Amino acid sequence: MQGKVMFLQGNEAVVEGALYAGLKFYAGYPITPSSEVMEILSERLPQIGGKFIQMEDEIASMCAIIGASLTGLKVMTATSGPGFSLMQEAIGYAVMAEIPSVVVNVQRGGPSTGLPTSVAQGDVLQARWGTHGEHSIITLTASKLQDVFIMTIEAFNLAETFRTPVILLLDEVVAHMREKVVIPEPGVVEVVERLQTSVPEGTDYHPYLAREDGRLPMSDFGGKHRYNVTGLFHDMWGFPSSDPRVAYDLLHHLVDKVENRADSMARYREYFTEDADVLLISYGSSARSAQHLVEMRRERGAKLGLLELQSLWPFPRETVREKCEGRSHVLVVEMNMGQICQEVRKAVSHPEKVFLANRFDGVLISHEDISKVLNMIQGKGV
Amino acid sequence: MALKDSLRQRFFPHIWCPGCGHGIVMANMVRAIENLKLKKNEIVLVSGIGCSSRITGYLDFHTLHTIHGRALAFATGVKMGRPDLTVIAPMGDGDALAIGGNHFIHAARRNIDLTAIIMNNSIYGMTGGQYSPMTPFGMRATTATCGTIDHDFDLVELARGAGASFVARTTTYHAKEMIEIFMKAIKHKGFSVVDVFSQCPTYYGRKNELGSAVDMMNSYKQGTALRGSKRKEENPELIERGIFVEEERPEYTASCNSLG
Repeated sequence: MQGKVMFLQGNEAVVEGALYAGLKFYAGYPITPSSEVMEILSERLPQIGGKFIQMEDEIASMCAIIGASLTGLKVMTATSGPGFSLMQEAIGYAVMAEIPSVVVNVQRGGPSTGLPTSVAQGDVLQARWGTHGEHSIITLTASKLQDVFIMTIEAFNLAETFRTPVILLLDEVVAHMREKVVIPEPGVVEVVERLQTSVPEGTDYHPYLAREDGRLPMSDFGGKHRYNVTGLFHDMWGFPSSDPRVAYDLLHHLVDKVENRADSMARYREYFTEDADVLLISYGSSARSAQHLVEMRRERGAKLGLLELQSLWPFPRETVREKCEGRSHVLVVEMNMGQICQEVRKAVSHPEKVFLANRFDGVLISHEDISKVLNMIQGKGV
Repeated sequence: MALKDSLRQRFFPHIWCPGCGHGIVMANMVRAIENLKLKKNEIVLVSGIGCSSRITGYLDFHTLHTIHGRALAFATGVKMGRPDLTVIAPMGDGDALAIGGNHFIHAARRNIDLTAIIMNNSIYGMTGGQYSPMTPFGMRATTATCGTIDHDFDLVELARGAGASFVARTTTYHAKEMIEIFMKAIKHKGFSVVDVFSQCPTYYGRKNELGSAVDMMNSYKQGTALRGSKRKEENPELIERGIFVEEERPEYTASCNSLG
């Protein structure tokens, strides 16, 4: 890719991606290891006519970006585990009221205050199920900083396309490491703009009436259409309703618009998978160690491959099932007790062939750690 | 323009109990907006959760009915996105000052140009009459059957201390005064707080044997006095109404615009 070559930190790559995608409003609260995102944006946003605010907590940060999104701006907040926990109620509001928004969670060791400056991937299921009630959500991740840049843009694109919050789930290693990143000229990477309603002033506008393609055109607050936005179940005008039919249809709409597109939303990278006998599946910084092992063993002739997931939710079930077909073993590499491993087991035809190589002690899993587990399952001893 | 032109009539009847003061507050808020000749497209109403917060659904403005306690945080985002709009946050006393207390003091500290109207009935109505941070010491609620041992906030002093640049108090009995105060609060450039006593005969009144809605409104008449009035001078124990703070101070969105 051609463009401006930069040597960036992961959190800086998030900022570059967000600005490329058209970010105009950021609200946040300081927390390690994501604080660089807000520090840089506090300077960059005012320079481009955008707005920055440091809120009193993460609850307020999430609420503020939802409010600003309703005025037509592209919005984002960034946090880590404890702050992500605080944001959950408002994330559910953004799901229910269908407000485009991007939430970055740079994972650190948990639960609770945990290991604030250490790496972990323990929030994968929280990203999926953190807010209460039946719902669906989009979650993206990346391991290389060029991909962090691209996935940040992708997060904004999916948020705007499907009128939903999108979680960008990174981890401390990816956020704090430095790598070469190429920032392409504007227009090179596709940026999805907000779909505005074409309903003229004075004609009844239905903010929650989907078009045939499932998209819901919006009208900005302060614009020509006045309507109600609520976290209650609501009809096509956005007015509260407890009609069972309305509730049934709305919940189906909220879940189906994401889950029915799980395959088209699947984002992943493959390394040496074509003839691989053993397939590693990983994401985030642990995918870097997995790739290292694959490349080392390939040099010695071992048929190892890696599937690096970049979309975690909706879980790319079909993709994973296909890629795991015919392998002697599948080894999931992650830094938790098997949050994605259990999804892989649910997806494949031979769950008994799926194993887990993991660490959850605040230390980045290494190729040696993975190698030990691999030797064990291949009967080569420890 | 008639009052009903600002109502979403197809969503009536409203959910408020007979005798509730919130309808008076809603009508007077609309009258203040009309007197100021603000266009409906220039007004954003942001509320949280509770009886009072249902007000957003009934009015024909841009309306945002959010989550419990967070109206001011959402409103901050709206105002920063469109500083030219008039953003009003009608809230209940529990919504604004218990679960939302943190957002309340910080919005005041920033002096962001929002109008916070606290529809203060000293009780959580929607959940069935539990005591709130505005239930006076010793008064009864469904979670304080022998009288609450919590002390209530002095909302005027809380708002002043937190940095609000406009602070006023009025009651549902004093309808004309309420309209004038609302007009000043909305026009004021900065964070405005209006503490409006609004009767809840269903829970607060019944639990404390305060009589009918009319009796409760009469108690507002008898128990309060205008700031600086002779009546207050002669009866120092009366609760003061009127404008307590009205100051010019740098407004947040204006300061934000000057950063670019």
